Amino acid sequence: MSAIGQDIPRRDGYAKVTGTATYAYEADVDNAAYCVLLQASIARGQVSEIDITEALALPGVLTILTPGQVEKIHQVDDTELYVLQDGEVDYRGQIIGAVVADTPEIAHHAASLVHFSYHVDEHDSTFSPDRHDLYKPDRLGTGEPTDTKTGDIDAAMRKAPHTITQTYTTATNHNNPMEPHATTALWQDDALILWDSTQGVHAVRTTIAQVFGLDTDQVRVICPYVGGGFGAKGEPHPHIVVATLAARALPGRPIRLALTRAQMFALVGYRPPTVQHTRLAADEHGTLTGIALAAVNQTARITEFTENAGSPTRTMYAAPNRATSHRLVVLDVAVPTWMRAPGECPGMFGPEVAIDELAEALGVDPIDLRVRNEPEVDPDSGKPFSSRNLVACLREGADRFGWADRAPRRDGDWLVGTGVAASVFPAFTMQATAAIRYDQGRYIVEIGAADLGTGAWTVLPQIAADALEVPLEQIDIGIGDTTYPRASVAGGSTGTATWGSAILTAAEAFRDKFGDDPDDGDEMEGSISKPPFHEDYATYAFGAQFAEVRVHADTAEIRVPRLLGVFAAGRIVNPRTARSQFTGGMTMGLSMALHESSSLDPRFGHVINHDLAEYHIATCADATNVEAHWIDEHDPHVNALGVKGIGEIGIVGTAAAIVNAAHHATGVRVRDLPLTLDKLLPGLP
Amino acid sequence: MRPFDYRTPANAVTAVQAVTEHPAAAFLGGGTNLLDHLKLGITHPDLLVDVTSVTADTIEDFQGGLLIGAAARNSDIAADYRVRTRYPALAEALLSGASGQLRNMATAAGNPLQRTRCPYFQDPTTPCNKRRPGSGCAAIGGFTRGHAILGASTHCVATHPSDMAVALTALDATVHVLSAQGERTIPFAELHRLPGADPTRDTVLDHGDLITLIELPYSPIARQSRYYKVRDRASFAFALVSVAAALTVTDGVISDARLAFGGIAHKPWRANRAEQILIGEPATDATYRLAAEHELADARTLDGLDGGNAFKVPLLIRTVVSVLRRLAEEPR
Repeated sequence: MSAIGQDIPRRDGYAKVTGTATYAYEADVDNAAYCVLLQASIARGQVSEIDITEALALPGVLTILTPGQVEKIHQVDDTELYVLQDGEVDYRGQIIGAVVADTPEIAHHAASLVHFSYHVDEHDSTFSPDRHDLYKPDRLGTGEPTDTKTGDIDAAMRKAPHTITQTYTTATNHNNPMEPHATTALWQDDALILWDSTQGVHAVRTTIAQVFGLDTDQVRVICPYVGGGFGAKGEPHPHIVVATLAARALPGRPIRLALTRAQMFALVGYRPPTVQHTRLAADEHGTLTGIALAAVNQTARITEFTENAGSPTRTMYAAPNRATSHRLVVLDVAVPTWMRAPGECPGMFGPEVAIDELAEALGVDPIDLRVRNEPEVDPDSGKPFSSRNLVACLREGADRFGWADRAPRRDGDWLVGTGVAASVFPAFTMQATAAIRYDQGRYIVEIGAADLGTGAWTVLPQIAADALEVPLEQIDIGIGDTTYPRASVAGGSTGTATWGSAILTAAEAFRDKFGDDPDDGDEMEGSISKPPFHEDYATYAFGAQFAEVRVHADTAEIRVPRLLGVFAAGRIVNPRTARSQFTGGMTMGLSMALHESSSLDPRFGHVINHDLAEYHIATCADATNVEAHWIDEHDPHVNALGVKGIGEIGIVGTAAAIVNAAHHATGVRVRDLPLTLDKLLPGLP
Repeated sequence: MRPFDYRTPANAVTAVQAVTEHPAAAFLGGGTNLLDHLKLGITHPDLLVDVTSVTADTIEDFQGGLLIGAAARNSDIAADYRVRTRYPALAEALLSGASGQLRNMATAAGNPLQRTRCPYFQDPTTPCNKRRPGSGCAAIGGFTRGHAILGASTHCVATHPSDMAVALTALDATVHVLSAQGERTIPFAELHRLPGADPTRDTVLDHGDLITLIELPYSPIARQSRYYKVRDRASFAFALVSVAAALTVTDGVISDARLAFGGIAHKPWRANRAEQILIGEPATDATYRLAAEHELADARTLDGLDGGNAFKVPLLIRTVVSVLRRLAEEPR
């Protein structure tokens, strides 16, 4: 029986629920010292004076790192990692020092006794799409062009009998994984060991080796478990450099460093706010003649980041006249980064609400409108889709959800409505190598992959078992260590496809060489090194999300009693972990729709609701019924496994479905996230 | 976080003495707010006097009412059958606050004494007159969605976060206070104060004053009471606005009413004006609306980076109407 497709419980589940799984901060080391970061309280300028006398005098303080008083490090592409080399302050909350002490309590106390003086420069932290200093980045982070244009969208807008021209906005969101970013660092015998909470041990090793001018062989990064990342642990952030600086200043002494929740709002990235000027042109039947999206987001002065919110508009719907663009505003703010489905997640809010608005204007069902505008080939590249089952998702979702009886209704004090939106996410593969070794009846599979709670510990053995044609019980797996072969970062929903493909290749090579009866110590490696974009096909996963929304007729309180998603995401390796990925993404989408918004106060330059009491994330009481299904999709082109990524698509489209449902319930159209009750209240009778 | 001493006094008198004698001492109850403040650097007491064992943690019958020990846990009060039947608004208010874990820790006296969650108050890197007198109010001109519409000053626009306190204000509770000078009682509605020129003080209590008991009077109308909290998510969020209300309707006419609001002022807001308007009038939406509008006649709303808090005026009026309508329609 095939192991792929089986509902297998998580291999790491028992260790996690019993608290025996060790995370980065809990690395098993002796005599650890504790490192606490010091942060700038201005948004731009220079540190002019530092008084560490009082702090250094505290018994138990080992060292205090201050700007210019640490070892020289090397500049790398991510300029933010050039930390503590000088006193420049580029944003409020930036690291300007660190205290290392025998206990965390002493370190925190000492941190409160370090006094900084600044030369303060005028800062600019005000995001607006109307600024005159918008600029066009060279390319998107995905490597795609910044702007695209086909036909004449302006002419299409002028000629069309039905048009939608609206501006939609998404809020600043912080990734906020449950486990804070943490590093335990040990420099000993000219070698560095980092126990780091990361989405990719090899990426951390490569970067940190460059920063410190070390051979990669001198650096080992270990990360068996990660308490969530959502992109914020996709690349190394400056605190890892600080932990390493401290470790190298105190050879032989392990250094533990964990960010506070408040520090996570400054130091490890966020999804920047987006403004999406969206245009649709349609004929009287609802066939699109034009579609366009012009996106603006903020970025940081110190490092550029473009949220590619225009990407999905390039692919979703057929229309002869098309345009997308991306512009940036450079501000004195913390550095944005990837957050679950960067680009697609915010970029499917505006267009999917606009489609709903067009359906309403035309008096047609929003599902029918989407079906009518299905493209034959990818409108952007002209390539055929390797598989595209959006329509199947919409149809099956409609059946399961009960879409046919969707008239808005009133239930006691509550106004009830329903909404739909489409989901999309590209199916990439990255580069990875896996090793398979045989030892005393067991196959040991090793790969430097990461499990962020996603299920890699569990699904990779399923893939290996089938590839080796042995029972699942005979497979041991090792991930999260740079002593294993190099693997790509767990990001872009590429993990299972990439690592699984590497394991498949290794297994085939292993069986070719050793057959079905190997000897102890037989070992073989296999790699995948295809370019991320498929040469012949446009490769995407699709989905459809349905929401029921209830709005209190008096208070405008908003509840989402039902979310239902249907996805077409290739072969599903493990229904249990897959369902968790889909429903987790949808729940995070609900949270984005109703709750999440980082309050960046431009007068100060930092986010002021920097804790989990004030930065609202959906609670269990908000996400009471989230249901995910998938259609049986066989895609022979996407990769040898037929696997598409599922980590991100669940969050794409959820917010639009909820906003569309709230409109259906109340008649009030909200175009700015999050959807809070004050935005509905003025429109209620 | 700075080092501090920790003491467990033998009784309430020695607890009061310890704090009174020590200007930088603080009482420690459940610690669900104070410990956050220590970690955030909002306050720096060098002595914590644990009072969880020096006052009663029980709920006793008293002259038809109840005496709630200052150390009683919020979850125990909310679960008490007498509270649930005689003062349902109090049970509802408690259950609408925080989370199960926090309610298990938080004490009866500590809950009403928790401090504002104004984000600027909680961020020591920004100005705040409540935290650092004379430094200014960063909320004014900042994010004001959660801030006050009644009774604020140019020095402070913070709101009081407690749900329990709103119910106690409506239900005519009294607090028993022990100080170095002896015992006294304070009507609950007079415990908290408006910010005026000195927002550092949330209440009329002096340093060393210890709440020992909360007294709920015999109150037939309180049996017909409820608490409704409007917030940005279904759980674990502070009120945008909240309403504690009790209503007696006889032959379609309101014969008695209690009304207090939360989330809109520096203190739990007893709506005396609205109560006066309600009594003697027909139990209709129009009456409820008129009463709420009168109470909010002096409301002053704030602009803000987030659109401000003007929405709280119509929201509170609509919530009052909704709550009173339900109380009149569905007597408990």
